[in-house]
Amino acid sequence: MTLTAADVAEIMRLVEESGFDELNLEVEGLKISLKRGSAGNAGSLPSAVGAAGASASALPASAEASRERAPDADAAGRPAPVLPVRGQQAGAATAGPGIQDVPSPLLGTFYRAPKPGAPPYVEVGSRVEKDTVVAIIEVMKLMNTVRAGVNGTVAQILAQDGSLVEFGEALLRIKAD
Amino acid sequence: MAIRRILIANRGEIAVRIIRTCRELGIETVLAASEADRNSLPARLADRTVCIGAARSSESYLRVATIVQAALGTGADAVHPGYGFLSERPELARLCETHGVAFIGPTAGQIEAVGDKLKARSAAEAARVPVVPGAEARSVADAVAAGERIGVPLLVKAVGGGGGRGMKRVDRLEDLPAAVELASAEAAAAFGDPRVYLERFISSGRHVEVQVLGDGQGRVIHLGERDCSVQRRYQKLVEETPAPGLSDGLRRSLHQAAVRFTRSLSYRGAGTVEFLLDRDRGSFYFLEMNARIQVEHPVTEAVTGVDLVAEQIAIANGAGLRLAQSDVRRRGCAIECRINAEDPRHDFRPSPGRVTGAVWPAGQGIRVDTHIESGAMVPPYYDSLLGKIIAQAGDRSAAVAKLREAIAATRLSGVATNLAFHAALLADPEFQAGGVDTGFVARLLAQ
Repeated sequence: MTLTAADVAEIMRLVEESGFDELNLEVEGLKISLKRGSAGNAGSLPSAVGAAGASASALPASAEASRERAPDADAAGRPAPVLPVRGQQAGAATAGPGIQDVPSPLLGTFYRAPKPGAPPYVEVGSRVEKDTVVAIIEVMKLMNTVRAGVNGTVAQILAQDGSLVEFGEALLRIKAD
Repeated sequence: MAIRRILIANRGEIAVRIIRTCRELGIETVLAASEADRNSLPARLADRTVCIGAARSSESYLRVATIVQAALGTGADAVHPGYGFLSERPELARLCETHGVAFIGPTAGQIEAVGDKLKARSAAEAARVPVVPGAEARSVADAVAAGERIGVPLLVKAVGGGGGRGMKRVDRLEDLPAAVELASAEAAAAFGDPRVYLERFISSGRHVEVQVLGDGQGRVIHLGERDCSVQRRYQKLVEETPAPGLSDGLRRSLHQAAVRFTRSLSYRGAGTVEFLLDRDRGSFYFLEMNARIQVEHPVTEAVTGVDLVAEQIAIANGAGLRLAQSDVRRRGCAIECRINAEDPRHDFRPSPGRVTGAVWPAGQGIRVDTHIESGAMVPPYYDSLLGKIIAQAGDRSAAVAKLREAIAATRLSGVATNLAFHAALLADPEFQAGGVDTGFVARLLAQ
């Protein structure tokens, strides 16, 4: 399957209109990396290329578009840092009164269940206590539990099962009692 | 398989430095940053930044498993460890090796071979490189016997130490037992290895080191020497190349000794072999080898035109050495000042905080390696290096003059710095004459 420039433009439009902040797409011969809020150095660097050697020409264009929508500049007027925006997917509850983020205590791979095939620790709506295990972060085969930290109900699951999460990244949102 | 994405497991000016070369080479960069460095310049320059932990090094930059997990999770095919942190911990090199991530540096075995200062000394002797008269102190009784042979003054050093850390000077033999016990306890705490060894203390010595590149298959070239004698408490402040006032014969001997030592290990990557020149006796001794890129590498780059980070990456790519010894030419002279956030008026204590204004010098023959701009934070958790100012010219006095102008043109506000101290140092007649020994800074401060 090959993507035309029109396909790429359509993908970009879909991402921009969605609540997603980041898309990484690898298709034979092409890799597209779109990131909301990219500023500064974007556009000058080629993406990693696939076997076919085609470079993602979409990247500079998306960087142009997203610069318009860049997050607020800081006090010195410089654009905000280029960082994957953490856990701000659109949808139901955004952080608001009584809603608490559960931050990741480690960088590692986020798992919703104790092992593959097992039911997840929690779902949206699950009741939790401070000590309830809500997820696992794996670091080089070592499993680390993440606890809710507060009594309440799971309002939103932000991190993707099986994906890399950073230290401090919001994994879930809990509506505290 | 060429390296396409590098995870940089470091911070500050060296992270910026590595990113710069990666950009030139079209290699993607992922920065592994602690919470304190999330808004730093390298974090903004890297293609991607991942937060690896809290500010304290032990919770971020020193976490081997986290670094490798970050590399694997971001699709990086190589890790550049920079200097300090995990760059000379065999565990990181080993874990990378086991998980198919290229470690831009030597093998874990080589890091171990030179990291253990006793092993390194034996390797030097085996390579017919002179070592400072010394011996391991396996027990207090051992130490006393060795001390009598070596003579005082001597230094008690940690086998697992290096970089000037964990050293005690002993001027009288009767003080030796207590010094050995104390040094051993400190070494155990700081390096996890209580072993100590003794070395004759060379009172008038010059620290001269040689930059080497090895392909890991036994081929080694050198890129000349650097004189790093301007030190305060074993921390380098000013470095220059070439080392002033050496005879051609001595210079050549140093280069050849460094190459012999490095070749005997089939060393892979960039490294530096450090020697102590005994000014009085006119002889030199192997001190240690640093198995990483060094802070002062820019002076070598300035006179050779070689990009050492690019060469590190080429070697890690399996390309071997791209340069033959005859390709390495050195022209002129280069001198570097390390600008630190420290207060010379208060015993050089670190001065963290926000840099409210930063104006760095620029111009022909001036290079600045820094991560500090106006508004940048200098966190209290790491070293105090703000940046390096390097001046290059046809000869030493022109380089010194250019560096003095550069220092005078530098404006840094919001934190205390050692800029004024550097200005005084560069104006000092002994420094201007060249060839100072490691006691120079202490003498300057005593004035």
